[in-house]
Amino acid sequence: MSNEEILDGDDHMQIDGHDSELQRSSKVPQGFNADYLKVYYGKLFPYDDIFKWMSYGNAGKHPACDPSYFGRREFSFSLGNDTYCRYQSFNSVTEFENSIKKNCPFKIDIGPVYRLHPAKRFAYAQSGSDGFAPVERELVFDIDISDYDDVRHCCSGADVCTNCWPLMTIAIKVIDTALRDDFGFNHILWVFSGRRGVHCWVCDSRARRLNNDERASIAKYFHVYKCGESGFKKVSLAGSVLHPFLARSYTDVLRIYFEEKLLCNQSLLSSEDRYEKILELVSNKSITDELHDKWQGHRRSSNTEEDLNITRWEQLKHVLQSGKQKGLRRCVEEIVFLYTYPRLDMEVSKHMNHLLKSPFCVHPKTGRVCVPIDPAHCDEFDPTTVPTLSTLLEELNKRGDNSESSNELESTSLGQYITMFRSCFLEPLLKSCKEEMENAYNANLQQSRNSLSW
Amino acid sequence: MEIVGSRKPAADEAPILSLYRSAPQVEVILDDFERFAIDRLLVLKGVSDGLSRGKKPEEMEKLVKELWRTHMGHPDASETRNKDIISHFILRLVYCRTEDLRNWFLSAETTLFRCRYRLQNLETQRMLLAEFDFPYKALSQAEFEVVKEKLVQVSRSIGLSPNDAAESVFFKMPFEEVSDLVSSRKVFLLKGYAYVAMSQVSSPVTKQFRRILSKALELTNRKWTSISQEKEKNRLTPIVESLSSSYLGPDYSQHQESSEISLRDIDRLANNSFPPCMRHLFEKLREDHHLKHGGRMQLSLFLKGVGLKLEDALTFWKAEFSQKVGTERFDKEYAYSIRHNYGKEGKRTDYTPYSCQKIISSTPGVGDHHGCPYRHFSEENLRAALTKMGVGGHAMDDIMQKVQTRHYQLACTLTFEAVHGISCDTGVNHPNQYFIESRKALELKRQPTT
Repeated sequence: MSNEEILDGDDHMQIDGHDSELQRSSKVPQGFNADYLKVYYGKLFPYDDIFKWMSYGNAGKHPACDPSYFGRREFSFSLGNDTYCRYQSFNSVTEFENSIKKNCPFKIDIGPVYRLHPAKRFAYAQSGSDGFAPVERELVFDIDISDYDDVRHCCSGADVCTNCWPLMTIAIKVIDTALRDDFGFNHILWVFSGRRGVHCWVCDSRARRLNNDERASIAKYFHVYKCGESGFKKVSLAGSVLHPFLARSYTDVLRIYFEEKLLCNQSLLSSEDRYEKILELVSNKSITDELHDKWQGHRRSSNTEEDLNITRWEQLKHVLQSGKQKGLRRCVEEIVFLYTYPRLDMEVSKHMNHLLKSPFCVHPKTGRVCVPIDPAHCDEFDPTTVPTLSTLLEELNKRGDNSESSNELESTSLGQYITMFRSCFLEPLLKSCKEEMENAYNANLQQSRNSLSW
Repeated sequence: MEIVGSRKPAADEAPILSLYRSAPQVEVILDDFERFAIDRLLVLKGVSDGLSRGKKPEEMEKLVKELWRTHMGHPDASETRNKDIISHFILRLVYCRTEDLRNWFLSAETTLFRCRYRLQNLETQRMLLAEFDFPYKALSQAEFEVVKEKLVQVSRSIGLSPNDAAESVFFKMPFEEVSDLVSSRKVFLLKGYAYVAMSQVSSPVTKQFRRILSKALELTNRKWTSISQEKEKNRLTPIVESLSSSYLGPDYSQHQESSEISLRDIDRLANNSFPPCMRHLFEKLREDHHLKHGGRMQLSLFLKGVGLKLEDALTFWKAEFSQKVGTERFDKEYAYSIRHNYGKEGKRTDYTPYSCQKIISSTPGVGDHHGCPYRHFSEENLRAALTKMGVGGHAMDDIMQKVQTRHYQLACTLTFEAVHGISCDTGVNHPNQYFIESRKALELKRQPTT
């Protein structure tokens, strides 16, 4: 079904009927509600793209395609009336689209592909066989900025601003590079989670087939924090040198962002309570006492605050790096790691059957769309300018009803994100799915030919 | 395996370590059958205990060496080899029958295999690779030179000397083959391949072992339930059934009808009878009116095992969470997972409470309160928590010493003993067992006075 067929009619009447001022001013009040969402699902949500992605080349005509593939995928809906429906599955893009339009879910989660159709799960649960087990699932990562509350001072909890967002940029750069260079993955989708963080979907077939242990091992490869007791985090880096992955992350990303952005953005050393926190990480008391005295005395220097952060950091580095003890030199790295290194929600990545919110959902609290982020240009991403439901509706209203022919989606500010999703992620992914499928098919063919000739 | 066969095995040809790919064609008298099985079980039980105490790999190797010598050793090496293979195949029968049994057996046997492999010298290890049809070739000199610098860097990062890397033989393989080395960042990774040193090769070999055994257990299960169980009704089946029940503790998923607890008592019970891990979660929940996912799971399943009914559990969690997030959000976001834990949602599995082993091996993040206090708390916080439970003096020192040697469950056992003033011979291996033992102990104390 094309988008054109479902335009107009009911959908428009609902916005207009809601507030007759809307059409004239084309101004839509900020917010999130079921009526807005209906229009979004009616006109903008990219069903075809999600379907093509989640089909991984199986939606084609090639004899090696598995037509049941998309239908074995679990989707879950959080509905407006506080109910949560798991194990939704759809055999075609039309079913998928119709169900979303009908139910108008506030949130759509994506789960694994099961061996059998999720709708038949009870039949198999009773027979006691493990037929209802997940067989494929993207390797996913979830990073929430609220996990950084002990190292950011501008916001807390679910709030973000352009001063703390660099923490997410760092996470994208560090994880993305390692996934590609160390693990050899190519098809990686980064998505703004709509409010306070980012999601990562690794979609290579090799990633989708990892078992839980292998997933956990990758998550742990990325994990440097030692913690446990009540919220206090610490990074301790053992060994005389860093593992190549950590060393590369440090020199290419962490140190640069720490010194050029966070040090000043977060005023990490300008006031006593803040530098105290950093000095606590230095295990040598005579050094911390010395710096403490020095910094307390110099409170009213002629320097601007920005300079103060940088000067003090240089002083700290100088003292630590000129020290004789090896542990002290490592301290500089440990501080930078603690203040910048990605903090993953480990549990999300470890298990195949963990659900993760679908890209292009709208976050109910912010009204922002979960748009993809291009990792190559993640520095330019600004969470505060991501299209919201109401701006998108405004853009639709402005267009009016007269230009029915062209694609509504691409005319809105969501369009650029869809274009990027296709060109940076979907097209290369489908190309390699097709190649893999053909190679596997030809290999099979060859094999059966060989066995025939024998 | 044929219990009565014709051919004697050619023990001399057999390698020192087996992947147990095919069952031996060998006669075993029924008495040996059971004796061999029990001896191997003692080894596996020791291995499994070592794992749950969080022993380090080197300590596990020492432990295995000792266990193997005590229970499996024989002056005649070929006897040992026979017994090894026979006992392994018997226990496959015993432990193939449910998923829990299979997982336990798989984990213990795999660890046993890894330790035994690592206890061989590098030369023997290398010879065994051929025996095991190890599919990866050593890196050529040219390939080695390209990545040499990085390999040295990894080697230094794990505290080895640069020479270790420069002189070692390396194998290149998909990173999936060495999950354990990946998670501890002990290998160099490049484009999906791990570069594994000869001294680390036990990792992929063990993975191969595990894969073979896991498949074999599934097969054995199918064969046993479809054919042998009935045929062996009067001979092997009774032995197999009694063996499997003897060494796995209960899972505490079904609380006794009589032990149902009510909400009124929960604070008193928490104070008197919860193990430290659950007390901590309970207190944090009362304090913050919130727990993150890991904490909710650990505490909610424990409470289920203790005998808190679903309706009471919902009331209990709601009373706390609603103070922080409101009733509406609780109903919407949290009630589901409580019902889920009770098997009322989703897959409808009745989930079992976490064992000590599971809790000890969890990885709490920022703001998390789950995990094992002995393992995850700082010494200072642990001391404070224990003091609050009334532990002090000598007992405290003993506990801290166990913690330092990473005997977390022993530390918890000592805590139990200090708090209740009564010895706990079985040791603590499950929070719900701690609770039950505590109730029993307090009941005993109360009786004389009433």
